[in-house]
Amino acid sequence: MPTFVRTEKCDGCKGQDKTACMYICPHDLMKLDKDGSDTGHAMKAFNQEPEQCWECYSCVKICPQGAIECRHYADVVPLGGSVQPLRGSDSIMWTIKFRNGNMKRFKFPIRTTPEGSIDPFGGKPMPKLADITQTGSFTRDMMGGFRPGNPAELIRK
Amino acid sequence: MAGTFDKPEVVQEELDILLIGGGMACCGTAYEMMRWAEAVKAETGKDLKIKLVDKAAMDRSGAVAMGLSAINTYIGDKQDPADYARMVSNDLMGITRDDLAYDLGRNVDDSVHLFEEWGLPIWKTDASGVRHDGAEAIKEGLPLLKDGGQPVRSGKWQIMINGESYKWIVAEAAKKALGLDRIQERVFIVRLINDKNDPGRIAGAAGFSVRENKIYIYKAKAIMLAAGGCVNIFRPRSVGEGTGRAWYPVWNAGSTYSMAAEAGAELTMMENRFVPARFKDGYGPVGAWFLLFKAQATNAYGENYMAKNKEMLNDYPPYGQAAVPASCLRNHLMLKEMMEGRGPIYMDTVTALAKLRETLSPKEVKHLEAEAWEDFLDMCIGQCGVWVGENIEPEKKMSELMPTEPYLLGSHSGCCGIWVSGPTDVGAPTTETEAGVPAHLPAGWNWGYRSMTTVKGLFTAGDGVGASGHKFSSGSHAEGRMAAKAMVKYCLDNDTVKTEFAETPDEIAEAIWKPVRNFLEFKDYTTAIDVNPNYITPKMLQFRLQKIMDEYVAGVATYYRTNDKMLEKAEEKLEMLKEDAQKMRAKDLHELLRAWENYHRILTAEAHMKHIQFRQESRYPGFYYRTDKNFVDEENWHCFVNSIYDKKSKQWTCFKRAHVDLVDKSKLFKAAAPH
Repeated sequence: MPTFVRTEKCDGCKGQDKTACMYICPHDLMKLDKDGSDTGHAMKAFNQEPEQCWECYSCVKICPQGAIECRHYADVVPLGGSVQPLRGSDSIMWTIKFRNGNMKRFKFPIRTTPEGSIDPFGGKPMPKLADITQTGSFTRDMMGGFRPGNPAELIRK
Repeated sequence: MAGTFDKPEVVQEELDILLIGGGMACCGTAYEMMRWAEAVKAETGKDLKIKLVDKAAMDRSGAVAMGLSAINTYIGDKQDPADYARMVSNDLMGITRDDLAYDLGRNVDDSVHLFEEWGLPIWKTDASGVRHDGAEAIKEGLPLLKDGGQPVRSGKWQIMINGESYKWIVAEAAKKALGLDRIQERVFIVRLINDKNDPGRIAGAAGFSVRENKIYIYKAKAIMLAAGGCVNIFRPRSVGEGTGRAWYPVWNAGSTYSMAAEAGAELTMMENRFVPARFKDGYGPVGAWFLLFKAQATNAYGENYMAKNKEMLNDYPPYGQAAVPASCLRNHLMLKEMMEGRGPIYMDTVTALAKLRETLSPKEVKHLEAEAWEDFLDMCIGQCGVWVGENIEPEKKMSELMPTEPYLLGSHSGCCGIWVSGPTDVGAPTTETEAGVPAHLPAGWNWGYRSMTTVKGLFTAGDGVGASGHKFSSGSHAEGRMAAKAMVKYCLDNDTVKTEFAETPDEIAEAIWKPVRNFLEFKDYTTAIDVNPNYITPKMLQFRLQKIMDEYVAGVATYYRTNDKMLEKAEEKLEMLKEDAQKMRAKDLHELLRAWENYHRILTAEAHMKHIQFRQESRYPGFYYRTDKNFVDEENWHCFVNSIYDKKSKQWTCFKRAHVDLVDKSKLFKAAAPH
C-alpha cells in the first residue's frame, strides 16, 4: 500500500527546506517537488519510489495537514478499502473502511507520559568506573530487571 | 549548499566512539554509554567524543519504526536466564551460543522496565485475571512491572503492549542522553576503514549524506555497527508495488554483515535464515492469534497439519521433540501440505473467536476484536490493508497463511551475524577444538570486551550478533547496553593507541562516489538514461540478485530447495554480479543510497550462499533444504559454521567452530525422547 499525497491538502510544509514526511520516512521515499518538474505540482511532496514503501505509515501519521493516505498495493489488494489514522499525543484513532463499505473505528493508547518528558538519567545512579567490567547496566540495582539466575544451571562453570 | 553532485564536499571528523545505526540496538548503546561517559568525565576529566550516525531519522528508524504489538523477550521473575538460553537453542536447531543468550536473558528486563518508565503502555492482568491495556492499567492503579505488575503473556516469553510509539519513546530517551550535537541523521555509512599498521584494528568509517552533496569520513577508536539485518536479497512473493511489503523492514540491506566482513570480522551462521509463516501478502503477525486467541492453522480441508503430520517431527531428534518444536520444523509440516496440494493454508480465526465468545460478555468480545485489530495496526498496518480490500472480518472469514521469502537477521527467530566476544562468567570455552580456524582469530568465546567482533575496536549488537537469536526489540536494546560499557572500557584501555587510515580520504571519497561518476561519465551515451551498456541501475542489479538467490539458493521458486550443483551455478553468477556492482550508477543521492544498499546485499547474499554450500547437511528443514544432503547430521555438523572475507582477493574462507552447551538442554525434551 504505497502512500500518496493529496494534491489539494499538501502545502509542502510551508516552503521549508524539507517536509515532515521527508524528515521521517525511514526509507527516504518522500520528496518535495520544489519546481514541479517531477509531478507537475510545485512545492508539494510525493512518494518517489512507491514499490519500496513498507507501509509503515510514518509519513501518514506525521503529516501536519493530514494530506497523506495509503492506496493498498495495486498488484495485491482489491481497490476500495482504506485504513487511516489520526495520531494524537497519547492515543491514536483508526478509521477502517472495507471494500464492501463496512466501517470500524478503534482508539488505542500510544504513550502514558507527555511527549518530550523523558528525563533519561533523572534519579538514576552515577556508575563508578571500577564497576565497568561487572555484568549488568548502571540501572541494575534500581530497575528490578536483573535476573541473576540459578548458578546450578550453568553446567560448565 | 555543500559541494555539488559533481564535486562533493568531504567532511572529516575525529571521534572516540562512532555508533552506526539508530535502531533499538544503537538506542540502547547510546543510553548506557552516555552515563558511563559522564562517569569517565567525572573520574578522569576525559571527554569522550561520541557520535551516532543514522541513515534515517531516529524517531522512526530500524525494525521498530512502525511500532510493535508485543515485546517478545521479557524473562519475568518466574523464569531463569538458563530457560531462555534453552529456548533460543532449540528454536535454532541446537547451534547457538549459550553464553550470549544467557547474558541477554539476565539483562533484558532492565530495559523493558525503563521503557515502561519512559511511557510505553504495557498491558497488565489484574488480580481477577482480567486484562487491561497500558493506559487502563494505570487508571486502575495496577503496579508497574518493576513493582510486581503482571504483564499479559501472549507466550512464555512475550508480553503485550500498545506499541505504536515504541520506537519514538525509546529514541527520545537515546536522543536526550546523547544531545542533538552528537546525532547525525540522514548519513549512510557504507564502509569501514581499517588501521594501516594493524589491519586487524578498526580506524574509522565513511559514508555520505542523502540530503546534501557531502561525504563524511569519521575516525574512531571504537565503532558500534548495528545497522540491522538483510531484506530483499531473495525475490519477494510480491514483485510490483508489493515489493515493499517485506516482512522485515525493507531498508535493512545487510549493511551490518557486509561492512563487518569487508573489515575482516569473522561471521557466524550465515547459512541461517528466517522464513516466517505469516498472514499471506500483508505478512501480519500470527503470534497473538496462536497464543492469545488460541487459533489453529489448518490445510484447505480443515485438517490441523501440526497434529496430522506430527510424526515428521521425529525425523529431527531432539529438536522436533521439545514442547515447542523449532520454528523451521513447524514450517516443514506446513510445506508438506502445500507441496502435496492441500493449500491454501488457513488461520482459523472464525472458530477461535467463536469459542472465545462462548465465555465472554459482549463488552469483552468488543475488547477482543479491538485487540485483534490492534495487533496489526501497531506493527503491520499493511495486513489491515489486505483485510479491508478482501473484506476479511476475522470473525466471519478465515485468512490465508503463507511462508515468506527468506530473511537474514540475528535478532528475531534467526541467528546469522557476527562472531563476538561473550561474557566471562558463565563457563564459556577458552579453547577451540575444531581444526581449520585461521590462526589470527581468537580461540575461545571471549577475548576481552563484551560484544567486540574479531576486529579490534569493532562492536555489534542486535541483528549484528550471530549465533544468538530471539532477542527481538528489548534484547537488542539490552545488547547495545552491554556493548556500550565494553566500548567505553576499550577506549580507556586504548587511549594512547594511534591509528592511521589504510586508505587516503581521496581514495575513500572516490570509492563512495563511484556510482555517481559512472552516471556522469556515460549518461549521454544513450538517449534514455536507464538503458546503457556502461552502467547498471541499482534496481536492475537488485532484480538480478533476487533472481539468482530465488532460483538457485533455495528461494520460494523451488520451495526452499537447493543442491550442490545449483549452488555452484549461484556462485558463478554472484561473482559476475559482484563485478558488475562496480558499474552501478547513481543519478541522484537517493539512487546512491540504493546503490550502496544493494552492494551490501550482494556481499550478504554471497556469505549466505557460501555457508549453505559449506555446511554438508540441511540444518533448518522448513527454512531450506540441501536436497543432496537432506538430513540433519548431528555427528559431523553439530557445530558453528564461521567465515572471513578478504576484501583484496574478494574470497570467502569458511570453517567450523565447535559447539558447546553451557546449560543442560535435555530439560527441554519429553522424557521418552530417543537419543
